[in-house]
Amino acid sequence: MTPRTVISAALLILGGAFFLAGTLGLLRFPDVYSRLHALTKADNLGLGFVAVGLSIEAASFALSVKVFIVWASVVLASGISSQLIAGAAFRAGVAPAGKAPPGEAP
Amino acid sequence: MIPPIDLLLATALPLIAWRVLATDELPTSVVLFIAFGLLSALAWARLDAPDVALVEAAVGTGLTGALLMSSLRSMERPRPPSPWRARAIALVAAAIAVALASVVALLPRGALGLGPAVLARSEESGVAQPVTAVLMNFRGHDTHLEMLVLLAASIGVLSIQHGTASHGVDTAPTSSVVMMLVELIVPALVVLAGYLVWRGSRAPGGAFQAGAILAGGAVLLLLTRRMAPLSLERQMVRMFLFAGPVLFFLVAAVPLGFGGDMLEYPRGWGGSLILGLESALTLSIATILTMFFPQGAPAPRRRG
Repeated sequence: MTPRTVISAALLILGGAFFLAGTLGLLRFPDVYSRLHALTKADNLGLGFVAVGLSIEAASFALSVKVFIVWASVVLASGISSQLIAGAAFRAGVAPAGKAPPGEAP
Repeated sequence: MIPPIDLLLATALPLIAWRVLATDELPTSVVLFIAFGLLSALAWARLDAPDVALVEAAVGTGLTGALLMSSLRSMERPRPPSPWRARAIALVAAAIAVALASVVALLPRGALGLGPAVLARSEESGVAQPVTAVLMNFRGHDTHLEMLVLLAASIGVLSIQHGTASHGVDTAPTSSVVMMLVELIVPALVVLAGYLVWRGSRAPGGAFQAGAILAGGAVLLLLTRRMAPLSLERQMVRMFLFAGPVLFFLVAAVPLGFGGDMLEYPRGWGGSLILGLESALTLSIATILTMFFPQGAPAPRRRG
């Protein structure tokens, strides 16, 4: 086992841990806003670690570039979609946990 | 001489199935359904079909049971879960875990299954990717039925949405930065979906992935009001919805008229037919998944 493999495996496991944390947040957090936060933040970071771990072991430079394009697209897409979903939920009157619904007196 | 466990399974399964359907109490029926699923997973394992047993335990019993229980909970008045109920849920979860673990333990070691057979004959299928060959050619009827299940699910979603259409996504404007990014990313998603369909003949990809990506783009358009919610009133929506299933029916039925078997691709045509079918399926899957989104869940009941 070369040092490269060890570093790659460690990064992949670290990435997996962030995904686990994000999923735990999705299941346990109280409202749509904090669940979105858990999903997008933790998973983007986790995917970043997975991407770095994979590109260390990638057979060619072109393959590493592809992996990074995948990561960049996911970051972009999840940023946009979390904004849109949170905005739609807020305007539809979904209350943040422990607060009054938007537009109503507390 | 039949082993006693088989005798037990053969008597218990029809009996429980009858009780699931005949019981008046919905909660009892759900619990019995889960028990039925666990026993039938055991029966599949006894029939030397450990992979079917695994799916039955995980999806047929675990997932479906969880969905049924959650539906039950949303039907009754909210109240704190009693310790008895918590214990019952823990017991069911433990039983499913044990069933899954024992099925995994039953899996034959080092077995390759049908993998080598598929690889040896994938030339004939018209595509080089073994998964696509199995999905679209060797087991094409499975994929077709899956498509019909999705179609049935979309009809179910439509019937729920009927009463809740007013709870749709709000019209308020979105920030111009997000708008610009959406305009940037949606065309890229369409290109990516097309690429996945085309790529499916040689590498992992195909209609289901491409359809999911297209649907993701459509959801962004719905959220930014660039697209009106899909409604069956629009002819385009109906065409997209049925493109995949109808084309599949045609491809399945036409060979019968020429003395062939159902779903038999004419020699040399496999590749092109599969690409055509996958394209149509992509449109149908994307439409169905998009219909699941905007008013998908029934509106939460207002307390007051």
